[in-house]
Amino acid sequence: MTMPFYVSPEQVMKDRADYARKGIARGRSLVALECADGVLIVAENPSRTLNKISEVYDRIAFAGVGKYNEFQSLKIGGVRLADLKGYQYSREDVTANSLANAYAQTLGQVFTHEMKPYEVEILVAQVGAHPDEPNELFHILYDGTLMDEHGFTVLGGRAEAIAERLEADYRPEAPLAEALRLGASVLAEEGGEPLPAAQLEVALLDRSRPERAFRRIRGAELDELLRGG
Amino acid sequence: MPDLPLPLFPPGGDPGPSFVELLRRVAPDSLPVVHLPPGAGEVPVTHGTTVVAIRHVAGVVMAGDRRATAGMTIASRRIEKVFPADRHSGVAIAGAAGPAIEMVRLFQVQLAHYEKVEGEPLSLEGKANQLSQMVRANLPAAMQGLVVVPLFAGWDERRRRGRVFSFDALGGKYEEADFQASGSGGLHARNWIKASWSEDLGAPEAIDLAIRALFAAADEDAATGGPDLVRRIFPTVATIGPDGYRALATDEVAERAERLLTGPELGGRGA
Repeated sequence: MTMPFYVSPEQVMKDRADYARKGIARGRSLVALECADGVLIVAENPSRTLNKISEVYDRIAFAGVGKYNEFQSLKIGGVRLADLKGYQYSREDVTANSLANAYAQTLGQVFTHEMKPYEVEILVAQVGAHPDEPNELFHILYDGTLMDEHGFTVLGGRAEAIAERLEADYRPEAPLAEALRLGASVLAEEGGEPLPAAQLEVALLDRSRPERAFRRIRGAELDELLRGG
Repeated sequence: MPDLPLPLFPPGGDPGPSFVELLRRVAPDSLPVVHLPPGAGEVPVTHGTTVVAIRHVAGVVMAGDRRATAGMTIASRRIEKVFPADRHSGVAIAGAAGPAIEMVRLFQVQLAHYEKVEGEPLSLEGKANQLSQMVRANLPAAMQGLVVVPLFAGWDERRRRGRVFSFDALGGKYEEADFQASGSGGLHARNWIKASWSEDLGAPEAIDLAIRALFAAADEDAATGGPDLVRRIFPTVATIGPDGYRALATDEVAERAERLLTGPELGGRGA
C-alpha cells in the first residue's frame, strides 16, 4: 500500500481559495446599490442574452459573477427553492435570508467536499415592500462565507477598488438615474469614461411595483437614464 | 428548524423549467391530486358556476359570477373565479371549486417558474398547453365528479391579439374564435354574448357584454349568482391587453352593472 503524501488542511484550503479567487478575478464585476426606488443592480456584461442578474421571487433578485454555468445552476436552484417554499407555505414566507443561508450551505459543502470549488460570488437582494421595511443585501463568497451588507455591495475581482470609489459618492436616497450613473462610472476603469449602455446589464427591484418587483432596465430607458433623464 | 437545502440535480435527473416536474421529484405529496377511495359515498362538493371570456379589438375580457353551490345550498356568495395566470393571461374556473383553485395556484407558479428559469415567458399557446395537462392530470378526480373546466385567455405578444381557450374534463384544449362561457349557466351566457358580439367590439363594450351575459345566466340558472345590490356583491371582471392583466375595481363593476341592468334584461318581466 502506498502512503499518500501529507498535505496540511491549511494548504488544501488555501489552494482551493486561490483557485476560486483566480477564476472570479478573470470575470467582470457587478455592483448593487440601495436607492430611492429600491435596489439597483448594475453589472458589466456585454452579452444581451447571457444574464448575470435574475429574478428569483416576488421581491428577491439573484446576481452572480465568475463562471457562468456555475452561478446559472445556483440561480436555478434558488428559483426552485423559493417557488417550492412559496407553494408549500405562503408567498410571504420566502425570504432572502433563508435563501442566502441555503446558498452559503451549498457553497460551503462544495468548497470542502468537491473536487473543485465553485468560481463564483453571488448576491441575494431583497427590496422592502414599503419605505419603512429595510432592504437586504447578502453577499456570498465561493467558500460559503455569508455577509450581510448595507447600502451597497460589490462582487468580482476588482471589488475593493470599486467599493472605495463607490463609498465616496454613494447616497442611499439617490434617485434611480443618479444611482445608475454612479454604478456605470465605478465599474469603468479608474479615471475613464463611465461604461456605455452596450456594456451594461441593469435590473431594479422596484419597491413601487406590486407583487413582482423585479424589472430589467434596457433599451431606450437605459439610454435615457444614463444620459441624465 | 434548518433551512431547506438548495434543490440541485444531476444532469440526467433535472426537472428542467417545470415546477410540476420539480414537485414530483422532491415533494410528490404536495401535488394537488384528489383520489377519493372507492365507495367513499357522496362528498359534499362546492361548485363554482358561470364564467365567460370575450375577445375584443384590444384584448380579452374575463368575468365570473360570485356564487358557489354545494348541492342545493349556497356555499359562498363571494367566491372569486377569475384569476391572473401571469402578467398577460388569466384563468377563470368552473366546476369543483377546491381542486380548481388548487389548480390555478399551481398553474400560476408553473408559469412564473418557467419564466424565471428560462429567462423569458412561455408563449400563450404554451401556457394553454400547460393548463391542458393540469386538467388532464385531474382526470381521476373528474371521473368521480370533481370536474374542473377552466377558461384561459390572454394577450398573445407575438400575434398582437387576444385569444381565448376552453378545455373539457379530459384536458382537451380548444381555441375559441371570439368568446366562450363555461359552467352551469354557461349556455345562457354564451347565447347572450352570441346575439351581441361583433368583430369591432371595443374593451368597454366587451366588459358591459360580459356583465349582461352573467346577469342573463343568473336569470335562468339557479347556481349562478346575479348582482347582489343589498350586499354590494358584483361579478369579478378583468381585462387583459398589451398592458397586462387588470382586475376591475368593485365600484367600477357596480357602476356599470347598475347602469346596464335597466336595459333589455328587464324585458319579459312576467316570465
